[in-house]
Amino acid sequence: MLILECPYCGVMADETDLHGGGEAHLKRFGPGSSDDEFETYLFHRKNPKGIHFERWRHVSGCGKWFHAARNTMTLEVYGTYSAQTYEPPKAIINAVKKKHPEWEGWT
Amino acid sequence: MSNAVSALQGASFDGYCKVDEAGLVGMITLRGDLSSAAVAKAVKTATGADIPGQGEITEGVKGRAGWMSPDELLLIVDHAEAPNVVDAASKALANEHALVVNVSDARAVFRVTGAACREVIAKLTPADTSVMQPGMLRRTRIAQIPAAFYLEDDETAVLVCFRSVAQYAFDILSDAAKRGGEVV
Repeated sequence: MLILECPYCGVMADETDLHGGGEAHLKRFGPGSSDDEFETYLFHRKNPKGIHFERWRHVSGCGKWFHAARNTMTLEVYGTYSAQTYEPPKAIINAVKKKHPEWEGWT
Repeated sequence: MSNAVSALQGASFDGYCKVDEAGLVGMITLRGDLSSAAVAKAVKTATGADIPGQGEITEGVKGRAGWMSPDELLLIVDHAEAPNVVDAASKALANEHALVVNVSDARAVFRVTGAACREVIAKLTPADTSVMQPGMLRRTRIAQIPAAFYLEDDETAVLVCFRSVAQYAFDILSDAAKRGGEVV
């Protein structure tokens, strides 16, 4: 069972309290972008075996969206953080790097 | 005005914990900036309680104030008084980015009484009920429906859910509280 700490409620919420929102930190390509960019934005998602940044919603709790950094292979959770950010905070990056010095970064 | 009735009109079940539908309870949703002084004052006027911290529920002379999310409070007041409280709070918060709504008749409230009240709820929710203490509020789910609960004291749990699923909530709570279903 995946258990994430909601950064707004401060409680440990398990998977059934949450709703997954897919890959985090997408950059929107809207009107004026090329067809290729638009297609990538709409459909192309990472599917890594390893470190992944995701959006989650605490659906039966506070109802807020937040971000989580976790490992899709080991199911380890590196941390959760606010949705009001364009990139993972330093503390989360450091937590991942500590475990995986060879990690290439989140982009 | 029509005669107000609660969802299950005080239905009750006697198991190894007692499950009661709490009858008419006044409930108000207040959304806004919880750090604002005006909101704190409106909550104090409405319930007599202080603004609750994250995951807390506070008690005052006229009611309770529960923390629902970083920008939402649940005010529990007398059912008949709720419309007046909403009017007063809406006026007081007219200049704030805030919203006050009477949701009394959209909700159902259950009281689970008994030494094992935490255990009965634990059978239905993913939340860790063993860490729950009086003064804490947890929004989570019971079986397939969203619900929030808090403890009035060590042997009384109060559970709030939507009115449309009141019968479902009562049935699963009664089932969890059935004699012979004790876990320890």
